[in-house]
Amino acid sequence: MKVIEIKQLTKEYSDAEIRVRAINGIDLTIEEGEFTAIVGPSGSGKTTLLNLLGGLDKPTQGEILIDSIRINDLNANKLVDFRLHHIGFVFQAYNLIPVLTAGENIELIMELQGKPRAERKKRSAELLMAVGLIDRINSRPSRLSGGQQQRVAVARALASKPRFILADEPTANLDSASAQNLLEIMEKLNHEENVTFIFSTHDPRVVRKAHRVITLEDGRVLSDVRQEE
Amino acid sequence: MIWAIAWRNIWRNKLRSIVIIIAVALGIFAGVFTWAFYRGLVVQRIQNAISTESSHIQIHHKDYLTNPDQKFVVPNLNKVAASVEKIPGVKAVAQRIVVNAMISSAETGAGVRIIGIDVEKEKQVTNIFSKVREGSYFFGNTKTPIVLGAALAGKLSVRLRSRVVLTLQTMDGTLTSGLFRVEGIYKTSNTTYDEMNVFLRITDIAALTGLEETSGHELAVLLTDNSLLNVTADKMVKDFPGLDTRTWREIMPEVSLVEESMDMAMYIFLGVVLAALVFGIVNTMLMAVLERVKELGMLMSVGMNKTRVFLMILLETVMLSLTGGIIGIIAGYLVTLLYSRHGISLSKFAEAYEKLGYETRIFPVPDPGIDLKVTIMVLITGILAALYPAMKAIGLNPADALRSDN
Repeated sequence: MKVIEIKQLTKEYSDAEIRVRAINGIDLTIEEGEFTAIVGPSGSGKTTLLNLLGGLDKPTQGEILIDSIRINDLNANKLVDFRLHHIGFVFQAYNLIPVLTAGENIELIMELQGKPRAERKKRSAELLMAVGLIDRINSRPSRLSGGQQQRVAVARALASKPRFILADEPTANLDSASAQNLLEIMEKLNHEENVTFIFSTHDPRVVRKAHRVITLEDGRVLSDVRQEE
Repeated sequence: MIWAIAWRNIWRNKLRSIVIIIAVALGIFAGVFTWAFYRGLVVQRIQNAISTESSHIQIHHKDYLTNPDQKFVVPNLNKVAASVEKIPGVKAVAQRIVVNAMISSAETGAGVRIIGIDVEKEKQVTNIFSKVREGSYFFGNTKTPIVLGAALAGKLSVRLRSRVVLTLQTMDGTLTSGLFRVEGIYKTSNTTYDEMNVFLRITDIAALTGLEETSGHELAVLLTDNSLLNVTADKMVKDFPGLDTRTWREIMPEVSLVEESMDMAMYIFLGVVLAALVFGIVNTMLMAVLERVKELGMLMSVGMNKTRVFLMILLETVMLSLTGGIIGIIAGYLVTLLYSRHGISLSKFAEAYEKLGYETRIFPVPDPGIDLKVTIMVLITGILAALYPAMKAIGLNPADALRSDN
């Protein structure tokens, strides 16, 4: 089942003097349950593509369909609401709220969705259990290691029960043990709960784990390879 | 949870927040205490004016106050007094004969206002008797006693038992004089009043002017409570349409004006203090927003809409302002409470204050109503101060904000 379908996607940035085409006419489909890595050198358009898929940026041309909904047409308020209910985000720098505990960081997303308190509490505990951090539910991010913070970020991304998770270089700030641990958790979530993951990455460990590797160069798809698990 | 985030965000940079909280607290403390001080000053002035000078309501001949000539007398004022005494809310009534005269001592002379009183009734309406510092309030066996103010006694160089001569017009327009002996010297908090007003027994002044003792120029009415002022005055206006009934606010408009203008002056004073604080709060909140650009970008990315982001910054600013405000209000209230018992001495400026009729020891009046008004003003200040930082926050583009270094 198609989760994402993009057609002739183009994104240009321009100022008074130069015009840069960061994404140049990409066609792509992501199926439910895929574990996809987007790779490519710096400036190839990985982050721009993720921003477009996440509705954080508007394409110059082309269209993005998520669950058959054309997100190009959504206004700013509807896009925020769409992101809240359909997309999970994992950032390179974790970006947890430092004044909230691990549990509260996860609950926040569900509170924004208007979920009742009891449900929020239950699900945040379940998610922390899934990422192996139930014992740190009341810890603030400053008390957690980088790897632990990123695992909380993954749990937070899952809190809204999104259709897919966009992860921008999730292992870039982690040591190899933490990166390995995080990848195993994400792989497990993908296998057991059919969560769709899309990463942008430079990390060969992530690329090795991915089922599908899309390589970008100069805003175009250079290759799109499916790997054996 | 937005409330929790807002509150905890305040304490992310403790020093910066504490500095602005102290600034707000000091400003509000100054406002609350100054307000209570001036309220005490004005309340004492009004109480003194009512209890010493005017009482709550006065009734005169309809032309007397525009032209205080002694010919504008109310015949049978005693009957009016008897009717007024029966009105609910009236505590006491005193009938007066009031004439202008010249007073002369062996040294010099001065113009004065003679107030002829029924001593026992006057004691129930005004407290001049309690202000007598030397001698007595017509309790002695002096034949023609006069009680005058300390300021006038000094001016005339007279003491107790000194003789003074009063020269005035009788009702038929001829000049007459009477010899009086100083029986008592009073001192109120208003030296101008003390210098102008002398007291005689109503029988003595009636005999001197040729007026009937049952008549008079003024009926002073003391109420059980100032809150009954307008209701009672309205009733008297209806009951005695041919007479001029006025409240103390109309008799002493300058005192009433001080009361009415005090609140306005204090709103302006606090407004200036809060306006100055707004800049500090805006600066603090702007720094707080600019330090959290990435975090705000993340919140907007994961689904926090602009209304919620705005609300979060608004709450943070209001909480910061209210924390300082409430500390200032509590400190102001406690200090006011302390000084409301002991008073604040203004004896260094006694001469100037007494000339204006103010006490030289002021007892600030704690007033929860004022504290509520100040709290609302701080709340409004917080909301105003939040606008610019909050607008800045919601103006962020999530994708750009996520790339930010902060």
